Amino acid sequence: MAQYALRSLCSRLVWHSQSIKLFVVPQRCHSLSRPLLKKEDVEVTFIKASGEVIKTKGKEGDSLLDVVVNNNIDLDGFGACEGTLTCSTCHLIFKQKDFDELPEKPTDEELDMLDLAYELTETSRLGCQINLTKKLNGLEVRVPATINDARSS
Amino acid sequence: MIRFCSQSLYKNARFLTGLPNQTKCAKICIVGGGPAGFYAAQHIIKTLPQCEIDIFERLPVPFGLVRFGVAPDHPEVKNVINTFTKTAKSPQVRFVGNVNFGIDINLQDLKESYHAVILTYGAEQDKTFGIPGENLQNVISAREFVGWYNGLPRDKDLNVDLSNESVVILGQGNVAVDAARMLLSPLDELKKTDITEHALAKLADSKVKSVYLVGRRGPMQVAFTIKELREMINLKGCSSIFEKEHFRGIPNLIPNLVRPRKRLTELLVKSALETSPKPSSKEFRPLFLRSPLAILGDSRVTGVEFGLNTLEGTELENQRAIPTGEREVITSGMVLRSIGYKSVCPDPSIPFDNKRGRVINTKGRVEHGVYSAGWLSTGPVGVILSTMSNAFETGANVLDDIRQEVINLNEIRPGINAIISKLDAKGVQTVSFDGWEKIDKEEVTRGKALGKPREKIVDIKEMLQIAETGKKVID
Repeated sequence: MAQYALRSLCSRLVWHSQSIKLFVVPQRCHSLSRPLLKKEDVEVTFIKASGEVIKTKGKEGDSLLDVVVNNNIDLDGFGACEGTLTCSTCHLIFKQKDFDELPEKPTDEELDMLDLAYELTETSRLGCQINLTKKLNGLEVRVPATINDARSS
Repeated sequence: MIRFCSQSLYKNARFLTGLPNQTKCAKICIVGGGPAGFYAAQHIIKTLPQCEIDIFERLPVPFGLVRFGVAPDHPEVKNVINTFTKTAKSPQVRFVGNVNFGIDINLQDLKESYHAVILTYGAEQDKTFGIPGENLQNVISAREFVGWYNGLPRDKDLNVDLSNESVVILGQGNVAVDAARMLLSPLDELKKTDITEHALAKLADSKVKSVYLVGRRGPMQVAFTIKELREMINLKGCSSIFEKEHFRGIPNLIPNLVRPRKRLTELLVKSALETSPKPSSKEFRPLFLRSPLAILGDSRVTGVEFGLNTLEGTELENQRAIPTGEREVITSGMVLRSIGYKSVCPDPSIPFDNKRGRVINTKGRVEHGVYSAGWLSTGPVGVILSTMSNAFETGANVLDDIRQEVINLNEIRPGINAIISKLDAKGVQTVSFDGWEKIDKEEVTRGKALGKPREKIVDIKEMLQIAETGKKVID
């Protein structure tokens, strides 16, 4: 799992460095020579299609995909492309209020991928594109059935 | 041989699955080591730790179309390989490469050796038009073209002639767009990918300037997805040129469309009507309402004769193309046919729909103890998510049948031992996942020397030589 998380992180870093967020990289590479920024915990609740409720925590700046991977949350097939915006397996459904308050609006590329998601709603986003902020503490998101084992077997 | 079904796993199995009587190990085999096979295995081992799953693959290397289908300039899509590798390395799963289903082993062998057989061998044959000239030189199926640039062993010697400025691609799906993008992308971009060196060398001398992407219906019926279209529109050094007249009336339809068709049509309309093409040396030209009647030429293709169509029917998605009687010739030195794939039936005992080219199944159930998943089951449509969810469904049905005792685990099945004896008797060299990792390592090393993530080995004999240094499939 740790390996997976690292890989996921690396691929995300590559992605970021190719796009506009170059400044994200140094924050993530925890160098020993500088003090770590104290990041606050952000509580997140995932509600699976089966009704199962999973309460967990992430750090500010983590994406919702990071939260799933780092906490080893059992969502089968979630994040297949590891956060590189080439699939829609980290599709999550937000409450309208939370959706409206998300700091960054979806890019065309995110919407392109969401177009292919099952159970698409007006408040759908890709988990890999949502970074946690303090304001999102207590966030509740729904995981569509198709990702979360349709048959819950 | 390692005993997979240990007692500790058994305890977990009871806890996780509510299978009180599972005192026996479920022996399951999967035919085809592509995404459907790996996702089915992933789903089963998660719920049923007490099982042995053997994945048989025709090639010495795993991952199917993720390795041989996904375009080289889409490396992110291949990240799923990390999850597949995790599945392959789990104690319940065994990869067995270089086993040719239908020749080395058949369905009966597998039914006798396993409690459940899951067929996931995909769709490998391309559909044809059945029009004159389809056999002319440089009329190539897109499937072969993709196999050629992606290092599929059987397509390594494909004769691709890129000496003409104009290429016609028949079909408007994502495979067609991938082929167009490979032909029109700047070489410097492709050099950094895992595209095969033989393809790169040909593309370096390519004279191709215009690629036509021709469909029999209109802009409202294109099969490609928006990501692929956006990539073409944004492609460096290439302009996308649309026929404006085919977009008449379409802007008015947009408000009533739903996603994904809505956003796709918005982007098409925007590119066709609102943007003037940037001046470029290369052109991507989607053409609509044309059905090929004949491919022209003596020995080598020189052009395609099309019949023009009009659309009939009110439901947009189901509008039919009706010939107007008018004809048109487009000059072209290469034709790629990209109108879909069919599955083949390598064993006559498989219930198979020859017309549609897929296994006859109901939600992945074929017959007692036999299942199917992926393109063999659904036909060749959808993205990785579709295959994943389909394979999960089949996996769930296998689990249900074990739970309901439709599959009786008390019947002893020999599993891999019986199959390996058969393969040994035929002199088949099997490849373990460890063997694949030797090949993988060698490919990455070769790629490094060329500034690429990997250089694929395209010769099966060479793959087998390298894999031979790895561990055997069974000890």
